[in-house]
Amino acid sequence: MLTTEEIQKINHEISQVPSPKNACIEALKIVQQNDGWVSDERLQDVAAYVGMSTAELDSVATFYNLIFRQPVGRHVILLCDSISCYVMGYEDLRDHLYNKLSIQYGQTTADGRFTLLPNCCLGTCDCAPALMIDNDLYRNLTVEQLDEILNKYT
Amino acid sequence: MEKPLTQHIVPGRQPLSLKEYEQVGGYQSVRKVFKEMTPAEVQTLVKDSNLRGRGGAGFNTGLKWSFVPMGPDAATPKYLVANADEMEPGTFKDRLLLEGNPHQLIEGMIVAAYAIQASISYVFLRWAYKLAAQEITKAIHEAYEAGYLGKNILGSGFDLEMHLHTGVGRYMCGEETALLNALEGKRANPRAKPPFPQVSGLFGKPTIVNNVETLCNLPHIVNKGAEWFKKLGLTEDAGTKLYGVSGRVKTPGCWELPMGITIRELLEDYAGGMQDGYLFKGLLPGGASTDFLVAEHLDLPMDYGAIQAAGSRLGTGTMIILDDQTCPVGFVHNLQHFFAQESCGFCTPCREGLPWVEKILLAIDKGEGKPEHLLTLDFHTKYLGPGNTFCALAPGAMEPLQSALKYFREDFERHIHEHHCPWSKAWQPSI
Repeated sequence: MLTTEEIQKINHEISQVPSPKNACIEALKIVQQNDGWVSDERLQDVAAYVGMSTAELDSVATFYNLIFRQPVGRHVILLCDSISCYVMGYEDLRDHLYNKLSIQYGQTTADGRFTLLPNCCLGTCDCAPALMIDNDLYRNLTVEQLDEILNKYT
Repeated sequence: MEKPLTQHIVPGRQPLSLKEYEQVGGYQSVRKVFKEMTPAEVQTLVKDSNLRGRGGAGFNTGLKWSFVPMGPDAATPKYLVANADEMEPGTFKDRLLLEGNPHQLIEGMIVAAYAIQASISYVFLRWAYKLAAQEITKAIHEAYEAGYLGKNILGSGFDLEMHLHTGVGRYMCGEETALLNALEGKRANPRAKPPFPQVSGLFGKPTIVNNVETLCNLPHIVNKGAEWFKKLGLTEDAGTKLYGVSGRVKTPGCWELPMGITIRELLEDYAGGMQDGYLFKGLLPGGASTDFLVAEHLDLPMDYGAIQAAGSRLGTGTMIILDDQTCPVGFVHNLQHFFAQESCGFCTPCREGLPWVEKILLAIDKGEGKPEHLLTLDFHTKYLGPGNTFCALAPGAMEPLQSALKYFREDFERHIHEHHCPWSKAWQPSI
């Protein structure tokens, strides 16, 4: 079920475009903002509301890297694996995160705290290597800084 | 040295508010075009200035606009879109303009919209630029409040709406027709051209998509003229350019410099030269989808013509440096992994070819390569080249590969003959 607040926000997006379908990505973003991800049930709700088949909307949702169709942790770590970060040694950060969190790319920690994803690119190549946690960008990183950064997120 | 684009950007400081921006001459170009120029005159001025698209393609901006149907019979509404979906690996120049002076972008967009008589505009911003999103939202709000956006702007009779759209992460969205599909709430597949977006773009209406840096140049061209703009460049290409350098250099960064400055000057005078203990081996001059250049090219000017003559592209003007301690196979493997992942899957050569290339590079990188692999890679550089795929993604991916096979072939062969990576760390791709 879409909440009243979600419907209000989706209606606002629909009012900006010729057809409700055109607002489907915005609608998915609105749902994901509340839930952290987009479940099958919620996808169906959005599809019905904007007048699309579930399959059609899923084809859109799965196309984009940052619409999550599986549950994620309370915080999402996006580690930049772009060419500039590769040159500057992002792999050391990756390996440290693997060990520290006991997860690999695409996995979520047992306590539901972090999901780790590779991302290319964060657009801060002059300050590589870099990662983002939720909306926070960290640049010029060293392995030594990682633990302190992780501690900020509960 | 004049730096029109970045003169009011101070790193670490808040961007200029609308009031502050007006105090340094902001929005004067908007007043000027409304009072003194017809849309056709603005188009001619920009064409004469020789401003070329700064997103990578380098097409004359005024000429691009000239394909938009004008006059009372033209379809409406027309759209203008600022392409701020900067997602090419190694590219970070537009971030500076978006975070540092959003009003300059808005002013440029109003000028461009007036030139093509667009009444609705979008800033298509990549999701990762959170600070830019905040600053642009604030600036758009201020511009509406001050009457620079909305109905009957400054009493001119010209209307312009502006919206910020943040993407949800897909490199394809940087391609203008795929970007339009994304704005319409669809998968960001590229569209067949013709019809070109200028005639049938967003929602089937005439649309212009311009890069952020391109748009930011417009207020200055209107205020100071085409000749002034041409004289900013050191070679035949006009204006200044935001150049960036990343990799193992002492002071990586992004600088506004005259178009045509040499690679060596950028590398040594601005990026401070290579870090101690690292030697220069090669560079990609304009982002991940450009051909390698090597030491023999260091004295070339960084402009469209000279870099093209050397077999590469100026692209975005943001260089990525390959040093002697980074495995060139791993370097290219990383790039091909990105392109394979970001292929939209719409056309077969790209969808099937790029993962094949990536698998071969993985095998070579791990020491499991065979001599015939290099021939297969050569084959791909030909059959995924320009004209064989639906859009430019795969041909762009082939640029660093074909040039790496040309300049660093020995390194590929060593991987194969020695059955391991001589740099002793094969790159592990992500999921």
